[in-house]
Amino acid sequence: MNNYELTLTLNGKPVTRMIDPADTLLDFLRETVWLTGSKEGCGKGECGACTVFLNGATCNSCLVMAVQADGASVTTIEGLPEKFRPLQEAMLETGGAQCGICTPGFILSAVALLEKNSDPNDADIRTALEGNLCRCTGYIKIFEAVKLAAERIK
Amino acid sequence: MSTSAISKAPSTSVVGASPIRTDARAKVNGEARYIDDLSFVGLTFATIVRSPHPHARIDSIDPSGALALTGVHAVITAKDIPGKNKVPIVFDDQPLLAETEVRYVGEPVAIVVAESQRLALRALELVRITYTELPAITDPLIALDPNSEKVNPTLGNIVAYHKVRKGDVEKGFAEADVIVSGEYRTGYQEHAYIETNGMVAIPEDEGGIAVFGSMQCPFYIQKGLHYVLGLPFAKLRVVQAVTGGAFGGKEDAPSMPACHAALAAYITRKPVKHIMTREEDITCMTKRHPGIIRMKYGAKKDGTLVACEVEYILNSGVWATLSPVVLWRGTIHAPGPYKIENIKVDAKAVATHTVPNGAFRGFGQPQVCFANECLMDELASKLGIDPIELRRRNALEIGSETATGHKLTESVGLKKVIEQVVQESRWVDGRGRKERRLPDGRLYGIGASTCFYGTGLGAAGKRLDRAGAFIQVDVDGSVQIAVGTTEMGQGHNMALSQIAAQELGTVAERVTMLPVDSSRVPDSGPTVASRATLMSGGALRDAAKKIRLLLHETVARRLNVPIADITFEPGTIYAKLDAAVSFDQAAQWATEDRIHLAQQGWFTAPNTEWNPETGLGEAYYIYTFTCNVAEVAVDDETGEVQVLRIVSGHDIGKAINRRESEGQIQGGVVQGMGYALYEDLVEKDGHILRPNFSGYILPATGDIPDIKPIIVEEPYSEGPFGAKGLGEPPLIAIAPAIANAITDAIGIRPKQLPMTPERILLLIEESKK
Repeated sequence: MNNYELTLTLNGKPVTRMIDPADTLLDFLRETVWLTGSKEGCGKGECGACTVFLNGATCNSCLVMAVQADGASVTTIEGLPEKFRPLQEAMLETGGAQCGICTPGFILSAVALLEKNSDPNDADIRTALEGNLCRCTGYIKIFEAVKLAAERIK
Repeated sequence: MSTSAISKAPSTSVVGASPIRTDARAKVNGEARYIDDLSFVGLTFATIVRSPHPHARIDSIDPSGALALTGVHAVITAKDIPGKNKVPIVFDDQPLLAETEVRYVGEPVAIVVAESQRLALRALELVRITYTELPAITDPLIALDPNSEKVNPTLGNIVAYHKVRKGDVEKGFAEADVIVSGEYRTGYQEHAYIETNGMVAIPEDEGGIAVFGSMQCPFYIQKGLHYVLGLPFAKLRVVQAVTGGAFGGKEDAPSMPACHAALAAYITRKPVKHIMTREEDITCMTKRHPGIIRMKYGAKKDGTLVACEVEYILNSGVWATLSPVVLWRGTIHAPGPYKIENIKVDAKAVATHTVPNGAFRGFGQPQVCFANECLMDELASKLGIDPIELRRRNALEIGSETATGHKLTESVGLKKVIEQVVQESRWVDGRGRKERRLPDGRLYGIGASTCFYGTGLGAAGKRLDRAGAFIQVDVDGSVQIAVGTTEMGQGHNMALSQIAAQELGTVAERVTMLPVDSSRVPDSGPTVASRATLMSGGALRDAAKKIRLLLHETVARRLNVPIADITFEPGTIYAKLDAAVSFDQAAQWATEDRIHLAQQGWFTAPNTEWNPETGLGEAYYIYTFTCNVAEVAVDDETGEVQVLRIVSGHDIGKAINRRESEGQIQGGVVQGMGYALYEDLVEKDGHILRPNFSGYILPATGDIPDIKPIIVEEPYSEGPFGAKGLGEPPLIAIAPAIANAITDAIGIRPKQLPMTPERILLLIEESKK
């Protein structure tokens, strides 16, 4: 039953909706506000396909109840800051997206890295992305994309 | 107009370059729409009641508790199926919904349809089914005992059997100087595509059904719908949504969720969405067959192989599904890419009360390749010959006969691949290292493997090995292409756009691949067996040549030059030295001249023949050749294996898009690593334990070694611009390369996959006794 009024800042804009308290943040994003860029790969926080920013840090949105985001700031792939668009361009150039279902999650985890570390080495990149699973690419072209983007954003 | 009027090939090339994938922009923006992202008006939701037992009689089904909930629209069982209660694959032995007996944990029994997903899940709990448990056989070796109960009710316990009899193995082994033999075991592998299976079924206005979903083979689903609903093909529309990974797991198996959703839509007359949870998908959808391989090689002192004998057993699960074909591919490739005169192979797929297994990248080859490539190393060791040198001496080349007596006449790059991989991997240095202990205390090892892979469906699947294509050049020169094979991440759309562009004389950026909708595109056969580049590429070239001729005739006519003077580059048509017309301008002229710039293409696979009695013949028309070298560091106190580097080389005829080809190699290598080391799907008494990603470990960023892909191009005359297949070869021989490297490091040979730390440690401890 949609009996809870949720208010948050979503991709920079204030949003208020009635939700079911049983909804996860991922349910809210995908089904209430139709932002389907965040994906449900496992429902248990084990694959990272649902990665979004909550109050400035990444989280697995399938493990966050929507009510926990009340009054919070949430950023999804749809609200990727202009500064980090080079990550998307780099992914295109290196070939880091094959089936693409994991791609939004990887991009946001890479944003989290580049916000803290503008010149990551290979080990930094691997650690930052360790919560995101990819089954298609073997990861290497994703690492290359992050390195390439870091150089361009600097 | 004869085809000799078609102008000369261009000097610049679209094929072989690396244009950015046209489907990637939406993916990096989060705008690509997978089935669960699509909206439909009036959607209802289906969940599936599944068997909790590996084998039981269904005594009663009472849906009343579920139906009592407001918003639950239906509980559907086998008796409600209007057509056949069958999922058509090879033998039609598998029911869509279990009727009187359940035969694996997860087997579907009933479909619950409700107005919300949450309600459908609640209602699921309220469907009361009573079962009487029956004895279950979950070990294929027990199922093979002639005294065991019949597991598969229609086919018995051996659901498929294949053999090869070439020469005389008795004589061969008698003449051998050295013989090695062993038993190898491989486990399940779960596809673990990051997007689970999902379908949406919509009743259509004229009594038909449309199904949208995540899939590899829309036309397989169409056939399933025809069986289950009894509706004509023309009223069954199947549309592929952007698909988030497949690897064979969305080849035949999606017919189940598709038919479940369609049946629900047909009965309730409402749109129905059915998206599997991860646990559900891991529990009830197909996996790579576990295998048992008993193998023997005989060789002369100089390393020449003289005989090979193989017994290959696959655990099929209860229903045959694709097991006969998986088994067949494994049978044909079992002895490895070597010249051997005397071969005996006996292969069986065995039914057990477990989840039916099916297609997974490699399709019956990874299991037997683990065995044969490890055994080759055992042979090398016994002979005192370097493992690569042993493979070189026996490697197939032009003029050789394969295991099935097929004489190879072109495109055999095995030795070239071996040379390049040996050089890049610094094999000789690695093998020659005196100090095996690394500074951190771990043990270093280097190992190799080779394999080959017959592109396409082979003699066993001849009937389906054809492809249709459709091309339309629009008035502004932009191009629509349509085929029935599908993009699942592998780069299908980009590669085929490049092939079409090259053949038409335009650039890949101007080509758009239409969504695969069975009511809009031709059937190009299934997207399997690494065949789409070759088959759909061939069909597109057929259509493109016709259109190019029409465009060149138009230019020749308009500029009043003989057609023999016409040449072209991507985007431009030249008539004489100083007259150039853009492709787009030619398209406009042709449209004005009322020329029909839409053409069909068709391509049938080159001939294959195979005699099931002898197991001999031209089983596949062409093969890809592979060599891998892996370097590892083994911690002999914990059993953990880290892969340091893999060099993976493949003769694929032609890399249509070089970057995407590298991506396929890297992705396949990492999946092969998972199969080798981490992916341990534990089945106990028919139950899959821990069906999630903390129980089933996938390779993650910290596990990834340096991976160097090497591409060799020995062109195949019938392939588009020389191309063969690439999708599967990168995975197939990774496990034995790693196993051989581990053996090099610790001096003990693992014979079971996956080579988890526990197993390696046990091996080390056993050897100390």
